[in-house]
Amino acid sequence: MAYNKKAAEDYAAKNNIPAFKGVFANSPQLEDIATKQKRKLKSSLEDVIKSSGLKNGGTISFHHAFREGDKVVLQVVKKLAEMGFKDLTIAPSSLLNCHDGLLEFIKSGVIAKIFTSGLRGELGDAISKGIMNTPVQIHSHGGRVHLIQTGEISIDVAFLGVSSSDEFGNANGSHGELSCGSLGYAKVDAAYARYVVVLTQDIVDFPNYPASLSQDQVDAVVQVDEVGDPSLISVGAARLTKNPRDLLLARIAASVIENSGYFKSGFSLQTGSGGAATATTIFLGEKMVEKNIKASFALGGVTGSIVDLLKKGMIEAIADVQSFDVDAAQSLRDNPAHTEISANEYANPSSKGAYVDRIDTVLLSALEVDTDFNVNVLTGSDGVLRGASGGHCDVAAAANLTVIVTPLLRARMPCIVECVNTVVTPGKTVDVVVTDHGIAVNPNNVDLKKRLVDARLPVTTIEELQKKAILLAGKPDPIQYTDKVVAVVRYRDGSVMDIVRQVAS
Amino acid sequence: MKIKKRGIAGTLESSDVMVVINPHDSQEIKLIVQSKVEKQFGSSIRKTVKDTLEKCGVVSAVVDVRDQGALDCVIKARVEAAAYRASDEKNVKFGDLS
Repeated sequence: MAYNKKAAEDYAAKNNIPAFKGVFANSPQLEDIATKQKRKLKSSLEDVIKSSGLKNGGTISFHHAFREGDKVVLQVVKKLAEMGFKDLTIAPSSLLNCHDGLLEFIKSGVIAKIFTSGLRGELGDAISKGIMNTPVQIHSHGGRVHLIQTGEISIDVAFLGVSSSDEFGNANGSHGELSCGSLGYAKVDAAYARYVVVLTQDIVDFPNYPASLSQDQVDAVVQVDEVGDPSLISVGAARLTKNPRDLLLARIAASVIENSGYFKSGFSLQTGSGGAATATTIFLGEKMVEKNIKASFALGGVTGSIVDLLKKGMIEAIADVQSFDVDAAQSLRDNPAHTEISANEYANPSSKGAYVDRIDTVLLSALEVDTDFNVNVLTGSDGVLRGASGGHCDVAAAANLTVIVTPLLRARMPCIVECVNTVVTPGKTVDVVVTDHGIAVNPNNVDLKKRLVDARLPVTTIEELQKKAILLAGKPDPIQYTDKVVAVVRYRDGSVMDIVRQVAS
Repeated sequence: MKIKKRGIAGTLESSDVMVVINPHDSQEIKLIVQSKVEKQFGSSIRKTVKDTLEKCGVVSAVVDVRDQGALDCVIKARVEAAAYRASDEKNVKFGDLS
């Protein structure tokens, strides 16, 4: 039968299906040959913001792969303030010391609510003193993805700084001059935000591979002077320590893993950032070489010391949600065994499979641990917000062996206490605590205790450690709080784990 | 023990305390404490400094304490050393006071 336009239209109308209205009716972006390929390129940040349709009270998001070197958050918020936006919710994957400048915009009402993994510096101080009317929601890295998927974090516009992008939005963090490595957190924002903006210093020829963020997710691309300073990524997080106490802690922690029963070929590991963790990786690596024990994969938060083990062939693969230093970023770019993963793949408890689920041993630090093994990585001994939830509770929950490393005292402050100021990681998910005054094994892990005692490691109890801390330091006066809630600690499944109150002045 | 001149002991390193003792024109201890663990240990630090000065027999002095989270034993030692230096005492018996 010959083509009958009317019959098709009648059928469409009768069955409530759209009738054909011309090839460009629903894809007007293709109509103009002159502009169609460059249509995502915007002339300025202001131009992008106008195109995004952002309104007062909307939610914007960022990633923190540039850590202390980030230059996107303040650049964007400043512009939004200039344009007169109010009551925004900001939902960066985390905030660091370099974001102290946000304080001004909280005071002026541009920012009304915050979701973040971490809070530090002057910003943490001010929020602890009650500057915000709405409590900050603190989430873990896996928990953030969960909150995005459940819609509690509903991102209107994601502003994602990348080291290179083409004009169509194929972007990555591993190539280009301002390389930050993995875009693991940004991948989630790109997938879920209503409007996705890629900011970059470096617009390269199409197509830009690898496309960590892909053209089908990106609405707009804008060139800016700087998205971040890669030299500041490893500041404060991932240096190799010369501190003798950290080195002692690292040696004990490496021995604990060696004798835990999990140290055999094919095991998997994650070691966080921080002095003792980086050193532990090096000491553990020596034991791996010595005994020819190869790891199947390493996860993280990847540092140069993990990359070294990959190069030596002692680790088969790296799954990288965040590159903690230049070595890690370069390895991600150059080594096919080093793979970028999203925060959803990394640690989301409601994803169909997270990498943390397959971790044998993880080494994590702590600000405080209490006699129930609960861990605080968020508030300092003075009760002020100065840390980050990070992936701490995610990987602790999923790993077979969770090792917490902390000195017994930091200056005069006991780190093993009767009750932590704030619970981020519940004690049930912690197996062993390593201090410079001995090791405490969670009583629910009887086998582990026996193994460590048999290995003649300095095993004691958590209660003994707590008493020893008081004996050395004296008993601290309790911190005074008001009734006002300044932050809510959300567990990885979105539930409320703890609340943080305003510190009394 | 009479305070005759300025006496200093300690450093501003973490876990240490810097104690500066100066002569005072009245018969009392004027104590100024700055500590990064003020909230948790402020009263304990003041008590330790006063007790140590008393054991040294110091009754008149201006005492400036900058604490970086020093343990009690460190505070005692620094106060004692600063007092000895400030008094020009040659017959030192460190550690004999506790």
